[in-house]
Amino acid sequence: MTEPVLQVRDLVKHFPVTQGVVFKRTIGHVRAVDGVSFDLNKGETLGVVGESGCGKSTLAQVLMRLEQPTSGTALFEGADMFAKKGAELRELRRQMQVVLQDPYTSLNPRKTVGDIVGEPFEIHPEVAPKEDRQRRVQELLDIVGLNPGHIRRYPHQFSGGQRQRIGIARALALRPKVIVCDEPVSALDVSIQAQVMNLLGELQSEFGLSYIFIAHDLGVVRHLSDRVAVMYLGKMVETGTEDQIYEHPQHPYTQALLSSVPVPDPELRDRRETIRLSGDVPSPANPPSGCRFRTRCWRAQDLCAEQQPELEVRLDGGRIDPDAEGHPSACHFAEQHPHVVK
Amino acid sequence: MSTKDEKAGGSPESRLLEVDDLHVEFRSREETAHVLNGVSYHVDAGETLAVLGESGSGKSVTAQTVMGILDTPPGHVTGGSIRYRGEEMLSATEQRRRELRGENTAMIFQDALSALNPVFTVGFQIAEQFRFRRGMSRKDAMAKAVEMLDMVQIPNAGQRVKEFPHQFSGGMRQRAMIAMSLALDPDLLIADEPTTALDVTVQAQIMDLLDELRRERDMGLVLITHDLGVVAEVADRIVVMYAGRIMEQADAHSLYSQPGHPYTEGLMESIPRLDMKGHELASIKGLPPNPSDTPPGCPFHPRCHRAEDECREKRPELHDLGAGRLSACHFAEELISRD
Repeated sequence: MTEPVLQVRDLVKHFPVTQGVVFKRTIGHVRAVDGVSFDLNKGETLGVVGESGCGKSTLAQVLMRLEQPTSGTALFEGADMFAKKGAELRELRRQMQVVLQDPYTSLNPRKTVGDIVGEPFEIHPEVAPKEDRQRRVQELLDIVGLNPGHIRRYPHQFSGGQRQRIGIARALALRPKVIVCDEPVSALDVSIQAQVMNLLGELQSEFGLSYIFIAHDLGVVRHLSDRVAVMYLGKMVETGTEDQIYEHPQHPYTQALLSSVPVPDPELRDRRETIRLSGDVPSPANPPSGCRFRTRCWRAQDLCAEQQPELEVRLDGGRIDPDAEGHPSACHFAEQHPHVVK
Repeated sequence: MSTKDEKAGGSPESRLLEVDDLHVEFRSREETAHVLNGVSYHVDAGETLAVLGESGSGKSVTAQTVMGILDTPPGHVTGGSIRYRGEEMLSATEQRRRELRGENTAMIFQDALSALNPVFTVGFQIAEQFRFRRGMSRKDAMAKAVEMLDMVQIPNAGQRVKEFPHQFSGGMRQRAMIAMSLALDPDLLIADEPTTALDVTVQAQIMDLLDELRRERDMGLVLITHDLGVVAEVADRIVVMYAGRIMEQADAHSLYSQPGHPYTEGLMESIPRLDMKGHELASIKGLPPNPSDTPPGCPFHPRCHRAEDECREKRPELHDLGAGRLSACHFAEELISRD
């Protein structure tokens, strides 16, 4: 097996909550990301799903080095990502690019598309010499399905789907190895969403990209991902292949999440099992003791409040199986539950 | 036109709302956008009608016109009729419309935080209706507000009425807005993307609640959404809108098993499904038309894979396909008779 492109271990990001203006003091921490580990292989898509506030976007920001992690390590091609600075950091940023959710605010309205897509070359002139830039930009526009003749247009002259394509072209400009996609299609209408998802799929096979694909839409994530991680309140509660997560979910939260997603087929109405969670996600500033999901879990017992379940490969019934491969879940009572989706 | 579909419709007494050939324009100095170009649908008591469409299809404008809350200007109703229990709304006085709003028809919105007033407590905002419309005392009205919050399953309602909207979570705010809309016991509720801003687990709770309340009160529910999943779970009947027109109307089962319009078909094929994997998504190419410059013929023809010369020249009328189904496609009969 080849070495993963990205190896993340025990990544933690806490944001301090402060009080007072002059004598500012920290009165607590929002535990946005609280001990997350995963590997990302070359050419693979890791889907990260979870509800608002689960820390998936903070995870993206820390990985992009837009936020400093509180603790934890991340190795990019074997080298510590967080220790890099100066030229090394610039080189890292060439290898890892990002596509953001909102195509309306992530493009500068006063720059032309040519400037936006060509801007990465200003910072990394070694990738494309100046005289070659315009041609490269037009090539990129063509790759993402935009008219290369539109190079002098401004973002407002494009629709939402087209703007997202501009964002993707910008991310591709430096031929990165990893692209972090933070909810790239959630602002788009379904017919346009499908176009952009197909584009992301094509680009991946063409350029051998690895994606970290963050989304709240479980259907979208299943469609694009090879492996999926489910997050809840800053922790990964279950990871596995797309098939393991969707067909054999083990963690009660994954099961409830899958059961809550409406399936576009009226024939399945009243035939699917419904698991309805009560209440809302607790505040990440004050997460519950033990298992963080226990306050909404229908299977919670005393043990769940006392002891935090680790993300480990488990047999039915939750017992940890140290020898098994691949499908870890963080529940004391993990149990396969194959009939949630259909 | 709504008289044709006897099967889908109920008796005249149960018919709550009839929208007939509604035309709305948005005028600005530079241009006139034809936002609604002849929209017709009806809702009966106790049924859920889903209005499905993408951004700009006119689904929300229709609802706003029905409720009489369309901003004029820029909006102008240029034709058609809206009848509530047979009574014409478009020519009714503002006073009469006001009487009906809340009392008979009510609406909830996508963004509950901006729909609620941030400087009054949730309880005050619900109680207000009982005080001014029912002439209750402050105390009685507040007691009713607690009752309403209790009905929408907000825990500890007695305490919660005293809180402000920002102290509520997203799902709770949506519940509070539902409580507010149902306070005067309307028989028609229009829900405009009620769960779009919510997480799936909360969305499921809210949809269950709406469905339960509709059943209990034998209410007509118009559910406006772009989410084909939500529609499949709750709708009895569905109208699909595109470019300010109805493209198709059918009961939920027929629409999903055999769409009668290429646009509906395209939508179905572009959703990534939870229960399937690996198929290439058949996206609809291109973009929806600009409402101030819609193409001649069928408004969908530039994006349609079946389009022929006829579609470019002649606008297909919304016609009856039998069994309560309507479609605005020249080839609808072919589409629904496929195996």
